[in-house]
Amino acid sequence: MAQVIYDHVTKRFDGVIAVNDLNLEVKDGEFLVLVGPSGCGKTTALRCLAGLEEVTSGDIIIGDRVVTYVPPKDRDIAMVFQNYALYPHMTVYENMAFGLKLRKVPKQEIDRRVKEVAEMLGIQDLLNRKPRQLSGGQRQRVALGRAIVREPQVFLMDEPLSNLDAKLRVQTRGELIKLQRRLGVTTIYVTHDQVEAMTMGHRIAVMNQGVLQQLDTPENLYDHPANLFVATFIGSPAMNIFPARVVPGEGTVRLVAGDVTLEAPAEHRNRLAEYREVLVGIRPEDLLVQPGSVATEDRQLRLPVEIVEPLGSETLVHLRGPNGTLVAKAEPHVHFSVGELASVRLRIEHLHAFDPQTELALF
Amino acid sequence: MVGSNRLSSRLLFLYIPLLLFTIFLLFPFYWMLIISLKPNSLLLNMRINPLILTQFTLEHYRYLFTNTDFPRWALNTAIVTFGATFLALTSSILMGYALGRFRFRGGNLAGTLVFLAYLIPPTLLFIPLSQVVARFGLYNTYWALILTYPTFLIPFASWLLMGYFRTIPRELEECAMIDGASRVQAMWRIILPLALPGVLSAFIFSFTLSWNEFLYALVFMGSGQMKTIPVGTVSDLIRADVFQWGPLMAAAMLGSVPVAVAYMFFVDQYVSGLTAGAVKG
Repeated sequence: MAQVIYDHVTKRFDGVIAVNDLNLEVKDGEFLVLVGPSGCGKTTALRCLAGLEEVTSGDIIIGDRVVTYVPPKDRDIAMVFQNYALYPHMTVYENMAFGLKLRKVPKQEIDRRVKEVAEMLGIQDLLNRKPRQLSGGQRQRVALGRAIVREPQVFLMDEPLSNLDAKLRVQTRGELIKLQRRLGVTTIYVTHDQVEAMTMGHRIAVMNQGVLQQLDTPENLYDHPANLFVATFIGSPAMNIFPARVVPGEGTVRLVAGDVTLEAPAEHRNRLAEYREVLVGIRPEDLLVQPGSVATEDRQLRLPVEIVEPLGSETLVHLRGPNGTLVAKAEPHVHFSVGELASVRLRIEHLHAFDPQTELALF
Repeated sequence: MVGSNRLSSRLLFLYIPLLLFTIFLLFPFYWMLIISLKPNSLLLNMRINPLILTQFTLEHYRYLFTNTDFPRWALNTAIVTFGATFLALTSSILMGYALGRFRFRGGNLAGTLVFLAYLIPPTLLFIPLSQVVARFGLYNTYWALILTYPTFLIPFASWLLMGYFRTIPRELEECAMIDGASRVQAMWRIILPLALPGVLSAFIFSFTLSWNEFLYALVFMGSGQMKTIPVGTVSDLIRADVFQWGPLMAAAMLGSVPVAVAYMFFVDQYVSGLTAGAVKG
């Protein structure tokens, strides 16, 4: 068990910067999720940690040891690959024992550990099978078992659930969380799935175009995104964003977008007063939407319904906003008709605003 | 009737063409075999059907083993074949692996050049090569052939293996290296076992070509006792315009046995090796 530190790590491929000056500290025993769209550098960052890619500059530290130029085999890590990478010509037992054998662990010790881990994962009956005789879920378990049996200082996981079907993925996700909490091994988990990121990680590192955008707990990431990218990447459906003019008045600051005027929350007035225009963000669940134009109330908007998506547990309502479409989450079983007006109230206390130039969050 | 219809169409389009093709392919071997077993008196007798064996003798085989150096030729051929095949295969595995796995400057160019080398006809290459063999003082030694055969074996074998190595997922090796293997260990314990069909294909290819090779063997190792089967057969059993058909065919018969055996053992792997990567799975 150990902490992991990325110290100003940069990785360049033929002039393309895959990871740009990454600084990241993963605490001992922590489950850290690296998340971002494809090509954001998250997998490259993981492969640098594994030693499969040489860093262009910067240092990588595992425990108290600088491992920047240490070959993968001596880094004391284990990795679970997206396609599992089980050795096809070996049985499950041999797959799991491979790493221990190379490390010259005594035979009885190998046997004990393999069987113990196999039991923990419920694959003890599969030990004599070859990988091709296993289902996707079983292969995934073997890949996991092969990593656990090594008792490494750090687990690296590269989208290990993405090849499973939806139901199995949810189930395995839960098991993986329990397992990590139980073993307490520092784990770095790469995914592009923000649901996995939100549910699994102690902390989440959001990356985009090789740059770390924000490193925080799932709650903070969701409630206080540091910039526009994080705000729109985390959360589904994505946060609604629209530009608005800032209009200072007598003891108030108003945000004006088209024919919609919003009163800015009192505590942010001073901050807003520095800008003439900002990008306003509001999450779909903070748009309280009802069909028809109900009796007028303060902060109430009336917007036409464009699309209705009933998902069962909730209904997504697409509204024609002042600058493009706004998506709102509505209660299930409430009926909306396309083309009709709907009443919308904003939870103004959950409003976000971003600098239009730097895209950094103002609040 | 659906069943009989299918049977007759299979007969017409599959079995009959296959049978004709098999007869066509096996006829030379049959011809070779019966000539090697016929007494001399019948060989040129035009009054009996030449395709039927009426009298049987092992005289030609006895002649081959007692009156010629055939056993020595066979030994020479075996030494040269195994030496050249081993050398070519070892180099090809390493080269194929490097070309298939590593990204390095000029890697693709090197791969193409290697393949182009395969296209140079040996009939052109043997002239400069004979200079090389002479300079190193290798004339009439096993090394003359063991070192020159790889010039046409390595290009094809390494190209074949490069394609095969590329079909093996990179992650397997990476996983092995994280698990504690060095690159050489990962190659030896993970990649090579998985590339076995490809390696066997390369082996059969090299073995067959070396065993049957004529030109280099004639030029570099063609005198005295240092003859291979193809060279010895032609030089010692054809005296000017006198063809000793019986012993000639007996030698050809025995000479083709090892190749046939090699094919028989590995035919399944050979086919899967040549088509590797064509389909997923």
